[in-house]
Amino acid sequence: MKSLFEKVWQKHIVQQIPDGPSVLYIDRHFIHEVTSPQAFAGLEKRGLKVFRPKQIVATADHNVPTLDQHLPIKEELSRLQVEALTKNCANHGVELYGLGHPYQGIVHVIGPELGVTQPGMTIVCGDSHTSTHGAFGAIAFGIGTSEVEMVMATQCLLQSKPKLMRINIEGELNKGVVSKDIILYIISKISASGATGYFVEYAGSTIRGLSMEARMTICNMSIEMGARGGMIAPDETTYAYLKGKAMAPKGEEWDKALVEWKKLYSDTDAKFDREINIDAATIEPMITYGTNPGMGVGVTGHLPETNEIIESERPSYLKSIQYMNLGAGTKIKGRKVDYVFIGSCTNSRMEDLRMVASFVKGKQKAKDVEVWIVPGSRQVELQAREEGLDKIFEAAGFQLRQPGCSACLGMNEDKIPAGKYCISTSNRNFEGRQGPNARTFLASPLTAAVAAITGEVSDVRDWL
Amino acid sequence: MSKAINIIKNTCVPLRNENVDTDQIIPARFLKGTSRDGFGKNLFRDWRYENNDEAQPKKDFILNNPSFHGKILVAGKNFGCGSSREHAAWALKDAGFDVVVSSFFADIFKSNALNNFLLPVQVSDTFLQKIFAAVEADPTSLLEINLADQYIRIMATGEHESFEINHYKKTCLLNGYDDIDFLLSIKPDIEKFETQER
Ligand code: SF4
Repeated sequence: MKSLFEKVWQKHIVQQIPDGPSVLYIDRHFIHEVTSPQAFAGLEKRGLKVFRPKQIVATADHNVPTLDQHLPIKEELSRLQVEALTKNCANHGVELYGLGHPYQGIVHVIGPELGVTQPGMTIVCGDSHTSTHGAFGAIAFGIGTSEVEMVMATQCLLQSKPKLMRINIEGELNKGVVSKDIILYIISKISASGATGYFVEYAGSTIRGLSMEARMTICNMSIEMGARGGMIAPDETTYAYLKGKAMAPKGEEWDKALVEWKKLYSDTDAKFDREINIDAATIEPMITYGTNPGMGVGVTGHLPETNEIIESERPSYLKSIQYMNLGAGTKIKGRKVDYVFIGSCTNSRMEDLRMVASFVKGKQKAKDVEVWIVPGSRQVELQAREEGLDKIFEAAGFQLRQPGCSACLGMNEDKIPAGKYCISTSNRNFEGRQGPNARTFLASPLTAAVAAITGEVSDVRDWL
Repeated sequence: MSKAINIIKNTCVPLRNENVDTDQIIPARFLKGTSRDGFGKNLFRDWRYENNDEAQPKKDFILNNPSFHGKILVAGKNFGCGSSREHAAWALKDAGFDVVVSSFFADIFKSNALNNFLLPVQVSDTFLQKIFAAVEADPTSLLEINLADQYIRIMATGEHESFEINHYKKTCLLNGYDDIDFLLSIKPDIEKFETQER
């Protein structure tokens, strides 16, 4: 009577500290340029080398430009951080997929796409969206830089077992509703802190029916409701996705792995500290109106009236909608947008780009809107070009850029200007996230694509 | 940075905002350092300054109010949500804070704080409101945090509440140990574990 989480967790316990955390063994460690330099420095200060360099995969994603990647990075501090990663990886024998490498891309896109991410593993990265990898039935979670150093030094972490939540989603999705809408809907119901302290398993017929890309979108945003991570039991869809991937097991190894992977599901009598049931039919295309991902509504909905918000939370609510320059009780549909950003580790995979392309084919973007399509990896970029999606985007007036985190966070050159509205397929609408004073509406790639055509928040169902 | 913590008696800065995410604590564009130092000057950068200009402090932001200062930050619920950036804990510590009090903390922030000897003290919503009231009435009010006995007290009124902390972490903080020292000490066990059939 074990849950999926417990099965994976127990296999990785090296030691249990009495009345304390467990020593958890980590199978895979992803690193990027922002949260690793201090960890390497700490390690060197202790006179240590990376303990298991072969279990680490590194990439540069947060600071990289998404145009002219063959040129040196213009911004000095960004360039130095990327150079520090290159130097550190070389010194410690860590494989780096840096700029220009055919495997480069956003860390949470390349791990799965290369087959580094596999069912039953423990996976960490100094990045909160590490939860993405849970879509494969792995325990995957974000850590801080001190913990990055611990894993580099010992391949272990001290972790207390989280509480377990299961979210069951059953039934058929409505037309125009995709996995991003499912997760935005869940967060809007349970709030940006509703799953703090929990590890979430997503289950039910709706989830089973989703592709791996769509599952990753859901697990990716687990952290936006406070959860440590999210996971989905592996199944035929998972195995089919992994088969033949560059680093996936091959031949006999594959057969052996498959036997183990097939044991990874929650037993029927597994216990959860909390269970939530959702009927897929109630989910509409979603959009956020505020400055945390829990502030979302169906695209035809309204912002809450002030008196619908509990009193203690009103100051935060008002501050948030003031930042967004939206009025309490007003409709969100029809709001003008200035930028459309389709990218980030939430929605920058082939399926996302194909979804957008098939919708915009033969259509034109609205005049005053700037549209950026930023593939999650080099592999996605090349594949998109091979399939001719670049032509479709170009004809529509969209810009297909090069892989990186881009406008998901205001750290590289791609920033949304102050006061402008961006409909974004990323995962965070925090104040200033996309650039100082930028305003973000989070939505699915489909809802973002319609907005690119109409120049305003629109309901994709009117077009289907 | 490692420094043992036990009793802290100090004034505090009341930040009533809820859901303070780590992008507010330190915006992404200031994460480009390759050392742990110097992040304090960009703490709450976009709340502190108009147009990103240090010459234009925003008057209504609490950290710009000279009446309030101290080693304790008291914040609204769900503090530290969002990104896993440990820079948030470094920035708070660098700006002189040793304790953050809130009625709810995001998980990753909490472990990052503990790894940097920044003590997160979780209190009830009611107690949090009492602290806000006391400090706003008198900015010189002292709070006492006693880690060994696990309580927090408003000195002016004597009201107190106990807080929870994992026994292992408490020992680390009281003694100034960190997790890496411990993990390194069991390396032979880790190597043995790696060779076992799992
Ligand atoms: S795309 Fe955004 S959320 Fe994802 S890793 Fe990059 S910065 Fe983080």
